[in-house]
Amino acid sequence: MTHTNGASRTLSVASLARVEGEGSMHVVVRDGEVQDVQLRIFEPPRFFEAFLRGRAFGELPDITARICGICPVAYQMSACQAIEDACGVEIPSTVRALRRLLYCGEWIESHALHIYLLHAPDFLGYESSIHLAHDHRDIVERGLKLKKVGNDILNVLGGRAIHPVNVRVGGFYRAPTRSEFAPLAERLRWAREAAVETAQWVSGFDFPDLELEGDLVALHSDDEYSIIEGRIASTSGLDIAVSEFPDHFAEDHVAHSTALHGRPRAGGTYTLGPISRYNLNFAQLPVMARQVASDIGLGETCRNPFKSIMIRAVEVVFACDEALRIIEAYERPPAPSATVNVRAGTGHGCTEAPRGSLYHRYTIDAQGVITDAVIVPPTSQNQPSIELGLRSFVQDRLDLDDAELTRQCEQAIRNYDPCISCATHFLDLTVDRG
Amino acid sequence: MSAAPALPRLAVWKFSSCDGCQLTLLDCEDELLVIAGQVEIAYFLEASRAAAPGPYDLSIVEGSITTADDIERIREVRRMSKRVVSIGACATAGGIQALRNFADVREFTSVVYAHPEYIKTLERSSPPSAYIEVDFELHGCPIDKGQLLEVIGAYLHGRRPQIGAHSVCIECKRRGTVCVMVSKGIPCLGPVTHAGCGAICPTYDRGCYGCFGPADATNATAFAGALRDAGMSRFDLVRVFRTFNADTPAFRQASVTAEMVVGD
Repeated sequence: MTHTNGASRTLSVASLARVEGEGSMHVVVRDGEVQDVQLRIFEPPRFFEAFLRGRAFGELPDITARICGICPVAYQMSACQAIEDACGVEIPSTVRALRRLLYCGEWIESHALHIYLLHAPDFLGYESSIHLAHDHRDIVERGLKLKKVGNDILNVLGGRAIHPVNVRVGGFYRAPTRSEFAPLAERLRWAREAAVETAQWVSGFDFPDLELEGDLVALHSDDEYSIIEGRIASTSGLDIAVSEFPDHFAEDHVAHSTALHGRPRAGGTYTLGPISRYNLNFAQLPVMARQVASDIGLGETCRNPFKSIMIRAVEVVFACDEALRIIEAYERPPAPSATVNVRAGTGHGCTEAPRGSLYHRYTIDAQGVITDAVIVPPTSQNQPSIELGLRSFVQDRLDLDDAELTRQCEQAIRNYDPCISCATHFLDLTVDRG
Repeated sequence: MSAAPALPRLAVWKFSSCDGCQLTLLDCEDELLVIAGQVEIAYFLEASRAAAPGPYDLSIVEGSITTADDIERIREVRRMSKRVVSIGACATAGGIQALRNFADVREFTSVVYAHPEYIKTLERSSPPSAYIEVDFELHGCPIDKGQLLEVIGAYLHGRRPQIGAHSVCIECKRRGTVCVMVSKGIPCLGPVTHAGCGAICPTYDRGCYGCFGPADATNATAFAGALRDAGMSRFDLVRVFRTFNADTPAFRQASVTAEMVVGD
């Protein structure tokens, strides 16, 4: 990190902490104007889309899960959907409910991790949740216990929390019994209350002013708060089928990132994630979650990315409530999985990973062998929006010294819960002030 | 952290990986704050922006080595650390990204990236042990939480970790799970796969898919012959050994041998 004079400088964070994966940030300031902001993702490429060619479609849930240890369920679900789309598979409502339940487990686990261990320390001036726990052990313990309830769902239904084994194209290998789910109900009732307390706690933080520019994009359904299905919608009125994603969004390869940048073909930038879901799907939240949002001062819309921590807390309330609803209504399905009759074709899948919409497209031959794979993770799509947002954020804070500016930039980046392991195909911060 | 100087210093490092194995440490919800009271978490970027310089008493390494910079960094980790423990399939076998070791990495790059010239990567994905001396390797994709706690606890008390090297079969027997291969004819890698997960897959009515890599003193190549005799296609046999631990000697030999078999 270098600091020359007030008018021209370079701010550089060599390795961003409390994000998933490896990345850095580079800011160039000349004559008091921010000239460039780059999120440099140097997580080395792992070439999933290349080595998936020649694999059998049935291997996709196990292999694509390994793209991300934080949100493996998202990868499994988008992959399964794409193949089911290609093969014309209808998923029974009971199996669909189990998928939604598994995904609720991942939202609870990932959001609790992000709120308590990754993001809250920024707002309270701590280096980590471990440091936070020195002063507020009870709060951190609540966060860990909440996170664990999400993992409990993954363990019972998925077999394990990281890289669940029970997911297959068509559904599951085995549908758990009612009695296997029974112990989860009481823990989820506690978790729903803990999530409400979490929302109240984070609503007391100080939120810098910042307005998210551009379009907010997420899955939308009129019938429910979208997790695993819906149409792709945006705040500017986009309303398309998942299969139309490639017609509206492109990926660019830029020199400073091993993550491809998402870009709307119509121009501008877009943002994915909890803040987008909330703005598009507020009406679909259950009454209880809407009430919590209202009680903590969130309106029906919110464009301040710093308040995404509040929205994540509301989504945890929702996910606990939804998981409880599914478990209480659960009847073990006659078959854990729909039959998949393989045929040649191309299929699309898109589901709401904790950090935003995750799109997959596969082409398979008549034997079910993959001939083409395209995976567009949320963080790579959010990268241009993060860079754009930081530009105005840094411009308004040039009077800060490098250490404080760096700290605040890191906090702003964490608003997006970037997952760099996913995106590669992110953070070190450098500010070049000339 | 102004920890007492007597506390052992722990560092957690990431190379090419999915983050899942270091997440396993944060998934120790009941133990995390206890651990934090017994060690100084000196370097753990996923959890803390406070990054204290070495030396470290115990370095935990996740991920495989896939760039020239990685090679320099893992050597620096070794120089700064009294003990180095590799965790997970990436750090013990090169991981799923070691599938490039069976292919042409330039072709892979051109498939994924519009500008292959921006990408700097090695032709092979290798575990840290290919470049440095590693004190202990903990297997699994992902690693098991209980085994990770045993390894950390062992090194903090100055003893070797007690991690069994038997096969998943033994874990099924202990758990009382009926053999899916014998009773249902489901192909299962349990007989040749390293224990540690607790034999999860068979309790979910599917065969083990080998994510903990080869067990000690088993013969994966001979077992592949048995799977083939039971009706598995050559195509499926090659693939089943070519996943997260594809480049371990035992699984590599099994998949390469299967590839050479005539017919489908």
